[in-house]
Amino acid sequence: MGLLDQKFESGNVVITTVDNLLNWARLSSLWQMQFGLACCAIEMMAAAASHYDFDRFGVIPRATPRQSDVMIVAGTVTLKMASRIKRLYDQMSEPRYVISMGSCSNCGGPYWEHGYHVLKGVDRVIPVDVYVPGCPPRPEALMEGLIKLQEKIRSESLVKKSA
Amino acid sequence: MAITMSPQEITAAIKAKFPEAVLDAKLEGVIDPFLKIAPAAILEVSRFLHESPELSFDYLMCLSGMDNGKGMLGVVYHLASMEKKHKIVLKVEVPVATPAVPSVESIWRAANWHEREAFDMIGITFTGHPDLRRILLPDDWEGHPLRKDYKVPEYYQGMKVPY
Repeated sequence: MGLLDQKFESGNVVITTVDNLLNWARLSSLWQMQFGLACCAIEMMAAAASHYDFDRFGVIPRATPRQSDVMIVAGTVTLKMASRIKRLYDQMSEPRYVISMGSCSNCGGPYWEHGYHVLKGVDRVIPVDVYVPGCPPRPEALMEGLIKLQEKIRSESLVKKSA
Repeated sequence: MAITMSPQEITAAIKAKFPEAVLDAKLEGVIDPFLKIAPAAILEVSRFLHESPELSFDYLMCLSGMDNGKGMLGVVYHLASMEKKHKIVLKVEVPVATPAVPSVESIWRAANWHEREAFDMIGITFTGHPDLRRILLPDDWEGHPLRKDYKVPEYYQGMKVPY
């Protein structure tokens, strides 16, 4: 922490752009829509528990879509669930992000051929930012996906209008 | 002291009470000896098995629907007696065109959800069931997916189903 301490102690001024400040704040407090769908949710819970500790990235599970920034779709999306996921996503306030976790959520997984009840990829109902492969992905893989999402947010601009 | 009955003794007891009800029996060379029961008689046979003090079948372990692919649908009842420590399997078969089987929900309450599942997946209508709704699939689903001639729908609520 030496660098930061010295900066604050010696000058009390940090110079940055508004974009950098906003993005740093946003990517360091990605509140997560708290729900799980299948076995991937077990790995997601492991990622959130003390050993892997998602909290150190600022990921806090929220029980309502109104307070959430990122939706981790962890598990098999059945057709029955798909309309609920769409509604939850619509209820999240912008800017909002989606991590698709595991093969089922990415493309239907083992249900791709005979799963009459499974949506073949959650990207058929909501836009996805990061796909995490695996069946199920280990917590490290989900963490990698989260870091990829943070990189994506770091390169965004809320101030500058994109074309 | 509980007296365990052999499948042969159980069959003889049913045949003595309902001479017409047992259509077929296979008691040797299978893991679970089974009797084929006339569909119209299944309720009376079940009540007898449940209430007779010698048989005392107090436990419906499983109730499954099936489709043999040759125009017949079936229901399989796995019965056991906690008290007497004996088991028997009953089967009924009904034609696909009129798949009505009397409900045994009034005897074993466990049959309630099992019969709803058999209705949902195979399309067997259980007459006398108090609440015969779909249990797993959405209410607006069309068809019964575990039938051999089931075709996966192209779309469900605007979502493409095949891969």
